[in-house]
Amino acid sequence: MNKFSYIRATSVNDAVQRASTDKDALFIAGGTNLVDRMKVFLDEPSQLIDISRLQMQRIEPIAGGGLRIGALVSNTAVADYPDVRRNYPMLSRAILSGASQQIRNVASVGGNLLQRTRCSYYYDTAFPCNKREPGSSCPAATGINRMHALFGASDQCLAVHPSDMCVPLAALDAIVEVEGPKGKRQIPFTEFHRLPGDTPQLDANLETGELITAVVVPPVPFAKSGVYLKLRDRASYAFALISVAAAVDLAGDSIKDARIAMGGVAHKPWRPTEAEKFLIGKSANAETFQQAAEIALQGAKPLTHNSFKVELAKRAIKRSLTVSAKGGGVI
Amino acid sequence: MEHHEGKPKRTSRRNFLGQALTAAGTAIAAPTLLNQATAAKEARSMQSPEGEMAITLMVNGEMRSLTIEPRVTLLDALRERLELTGSKKGCDHGQCGACTVLIDGQRVYSCLSLAVMQEGKEIVTIEGLAKGDVLHPVQAAFIDNDGFQCGYCTPGQICASVALLDEIKRGCASSVTSDLNRPPQLGELSEAEIKERLSGNLCRCSAYNGIVAAVQQAAGQTPPSAAASMMVTEAQEMPA
Repeated sequence: MNKFSYIRATSVNDAVQRASTDKDALFIAGGTNLVDRMKVFLDEPSQLIDISRLQMQRIEPIAGGGLRIGALVSNTAVADYPDVRRNYPMLSRAILSGASQQIRNVASVGGNLLQRTRCSYYYDTAFPCNKREPGSSCPAATGINRMHALFGASDQCLAVHPSDMCVPLAALDAIVEVEGPKGKRQIPFTEFHRLPGDTPQLDANLETGELITAVVVPPVPFAKSGVYLKLRDRASYAFALISVAAAVDLAGDSIKDARIAMGGVAHKPWRPTEAEKFLIGKSANAETFQQAAEIALQGAKPLTHNSFKVELAKRAIKRSLTVSAKGGGVI
Repeated sequence: MEHHEGKPKRTSRRNFLGQALTAAGTAIAAPTLLNQATAAKEARSMQSPEGEMAITLMVNGEMRSLTIEPRVTLLDALRERLELTGSKKGCDHGQCGACTVLIDGQRVYSCLSLAVMQEGKEIVTIEGLAKGDVLHPVQAAFIDNDGFQCGYCTPGQICASVALLDEIKRGCASSVTSDLNRPPQLGELSEAEIKERLSGNLCRCSAYNGIVAAVQQAAGQTPPSAAASMMVTEAQEMPA
């Protein structure tokens, strides 16, 4: 690690002010991704602003339904929160399927959103990488790209966002609350992360000095039957090749509403909204779910080594919708 | 144990290295000083021109003062400054679990934790589990069930297992828990649950059967003997 100065922020305002006046400063909360990146010199901050003791550590029910989850609540605490288990099981299960207990105990909600891709070329400083050094090129385009994106990539960057937790948060239309030098604002979850375009060094639509303070999960009654399916190279402690958060709202046999989000396929959690729209009014059966899966994967642009992910994603969507239509549970 | 008060009583290779790297951490006697230390931390969290900070950590019930740069991980502080070499450095990237310690009762990778961020918290390492010569029940269970071969991952495996059993008592779920609203009790903790919950700790000797049996024993279950467990696994792997 490079040398840096360390300061404990005394308030959100203090943290924001410090970060606004030093563009090379970084916030640290759990540090499970940041410390690792610093060890291999992916990040070389001038100072670390320790926000871990600030008062953003609570989960609060919102009048009228939903939850406000403080940015510093640990991933473990979210997954085990009774209301999350009961009403948003896809969120509990997504978190529990990610990382290990040791990581989840420390990793914060805000930090989960801002963790960076595990693209091996980004991590290996012996290679060029447009995300690490803009303009240096993307070796994944001609290299090994089986873990990389199907949707929304650019010729600058093929990386995928690694989070599990963010997939159900996108499906649930969560809202990210941030505070910055210009005040507070709310960002719809699906607009929080960005596609790489010509600026792959930027993962999120945050301004300099802005700090995530909370994530708001709105009431989604049919999320009770929501599921999370994660497919990966080993059974545990591995990033997703494909993951799916899905929930189906049924009236008898007829689909009233549906949510689908995919992980492991894009630079952000991917919402195939055309597939969701297709499902509304259809009867819940295997053929309907197969058609929805086909629609969800329309426009996928597989690379040299990841074309298997297209069929894998279709099957994952079909299975997730099927299990949710039967009431949900473990997949 | 080696980490009692004052200067090391003997000069081993590790002690020499520790002294060479920095002045050895000096133990302060009473844990009751924790609050005073916490209250004073803002005043003392000043960095020297060399970038070092004077901090106090509570490790295994003792206050330990040390002067370190903020880039020092908790693992390096424990091993190289406080002479607590039980916590192991395997991958140093949060992938293997050999560095697992308990912070405020929760298991954590000390290699991904900065020492300066741990002031005011209670840190327990493998050295802090036994009471004198009496092993912690999880330590005894690892011995009873051959839960290791080379032993390098074992401190992390044991700390993770101690936390695992506490998580079960607190009703924590895992990704293989079938009903999130009814997580398993100690007596019904399945092999699949144990394996999932310990997936953040790797054992290159692959002593996993013994580790699972050790956790079963510590959970109050009757594990199969290590030899029987191995035979069952081999039988399952035989082609039909």
